[in-house]
Amino acid sequence: MPMTITEKILAAHAGRDEVSPGELINVKVDLALGNDITAPVAIKEFGRTGVAEVFDRERVALVPDHFVPNKDIKSAEQAKLLRDFARRQGLTNYFEVGRMGIEHCLLPEQGLVGPGDLVIGADSHTCTYGALGAFSTGVGSTDLAAAMALGETWLKVPETLKFVYHGALPAWVGGKDLILYTIGQTGVDGALYMAMEFTGPAVASLSMDGRLTMANMAVEAGAKNGIVPPDEITRRYVEGRAKRPYQFYASDPGARYARVYEFDVSKLEPQVAFPHLPSNVRPVSEAGRVEIQQAVIGSCTNGRMEDLRLAAKVLQGKKVHPDVRLIVIPGTQEIYRTALKEGLVEIFLDAGAAVSTPTCGPCLGGYMGILAAGERCIATTNRNFVGRMGHPQSEVYLSNPAVAAASAILGRIAGPQEVC
Amino acid sequence: MKLQGKTWKFGDDVDTDAIIPARYLNTSEPAELAAHCMEDADPAFAGRVRPGEMIVAGRNFGCGSSREHAPIAIKAAGVSCVIAATFARIFYRNAFNIGLPIFESPAAAEKIQAGDEVAVDAAAGTIYNLTRGEEYRATPVPPFMQEIIAAGGLIDYVARRLTREKNGM
Ligand code: SF4
Repeated sequence: MPMTITEKILAAHAGRDEVSPGELINVKVDLALGNDITAPVAIKEFGRTGVAEVFDRERVALVPDHFVPNKDIKSAEQAKLLRDFARRQGLTNYFEVGRMGIEHCLLPEQGLVGPGDLVIGADSHTCTYGALGAFSTGVGSTDLAAAMALGETWLKVPETLKFVYHGALPAWVGGKDLILYTIGQTGVDGALYMAMEFTGPAVASLSMDGRLTMANMAVEAGAKNGIVPPDEITRRYVEGRAKRPYQFYASDPGARYARVYEFDVSKLEPQVAFPHLPSNVRPVSEAGRVEIQQAVIGSCTNGRMEDLRLAAKVLQGKKVHPDVRLIVIPGTQEIYRTALKEGLVEIFLDAGAAVSTPTCGPCLGGYMGILAAGERCIATTNRNFVGRMGHPQSEVYLSNPAVAAASAILGRIAGPQEVC
Repeated sequence: MKLQGKTWKFGDDVDTDAIIPARYLNTSEPAELAAHCMEDADPAFAGRVRPGEMIVAGRNFGCGSSREHAPIAIKAAGVSCVIAATFARIFYRNAFNIGLPIFESPAAAEKIQAGDEVAVDAAAGTIYNLTRGEEYRATPVPPFMQEIIAAGGLIDYVARRLTREKNGM
């Protein structure tokens, strides 16, 4: 029976020749992930399973990234719980402040996830690794606890939606715009319980950073996972990086899809998601006059090298608007270091931006850029729900890094063409 | 399992930031989380909800983050169950895993109004609107998930399975 790439990876991890949508299956997990918010609950629940040790100390990754460097005493206690557990269990993939990064930037960079893997993480944006041709999905803390004990989890085989992006991408348009546009079309539950398979020439032309951005936001359409067929770009990315053997899977001709979407993106503009849903999308030229007080460039969606390079290209030789705070947050230590070497950090500082150590920080309204009532922020993050970045009466607009940088310069939402 | 209580009504796409804002996620203490339950959707909710009352919502309830703190906050606030047209995927799993009863029923989500007195027969999957004299069906729960509920949540299910394996059964 012809299968999709998602079905093939699931079948392989269930020890079966084939699976079909709707089946409940038990699958082996290649990596289980937790962070400083979700892992404390998982560690407590793990204690209740009666198992003394995790199933494999190299296959449980704990990344404190949401509220670290510790933002307050309670967060410090949570982070300490992770650290103590990691030590006690001898986990090889615990990442301390100064050596860490935002989990979904860090794990691919460190070669801890690869094509053909099955990964679960107690973080909804675990779907990011689908960019590498892996099956990867977010679960809750209790699911993580069970997976840490068993090395397995249960899943329902999802139906797949196929997205085909035709045409060459215009200037300043990338993975973020493709995914925002897509969520605008499907709505925030248009892919509920399903797999999103991203294909076509426009996706094939994206760098790995751009693909990671796309897969990252699959959950914003309600999807279980997002996946990009692995190709030469994937191979170049994982070669010399992957810590475990990997395998390329591809959808069979004749595989069944719940629906196929075809988009011509050759005339797509940079997209902006207005409050308070990621599906509330407009082209930047139709944004109207929206004044902003803050711009954030970072997060697991757009905190990678390509994102910082794009932002620097726009900001080079320019100044941030006097009424705007621009906060730039490199996704990992490695990205931070590269940005320094390439002179990007200097461009940001010259422009009048604050540059932070890697953290989720303001993305989820933790710290490092919380909004007051009535304030507006343009952010390269992935969610703009009510109160996401601070006061329930603040507003978050989502965009790509070039739009965020241009908006920071002009003090209102604007496309990069207006300043470059 | 039979549940009965007055209902609170919410709309579509109630996200986990509305159920429990991230500013309170520096703890996982159920009672502390309960004190801020639904705060950004209805600031009065946490102070006024009574044990046994129910949440009724539209489509995609619990979308957004994977935080288990969301169903924990709802459960600790004393809410007996959540009825929605559909649930976001991770919230759905989490609710089962921690033992918060949830029921998927587009008809119930549409017809039940705030303040209606509702009773649920969980085993039969039937929702009775006592105020309006109506009856709605909930989507059946797969047998495997019923096992998890019967075991008392995922962790007890896992513990039971491991003991069985150890004893070679
Ligand atoms: S950067 Fe934002 S979306 Fe990504 S893991 Fe951190 S809090 Fe979640």
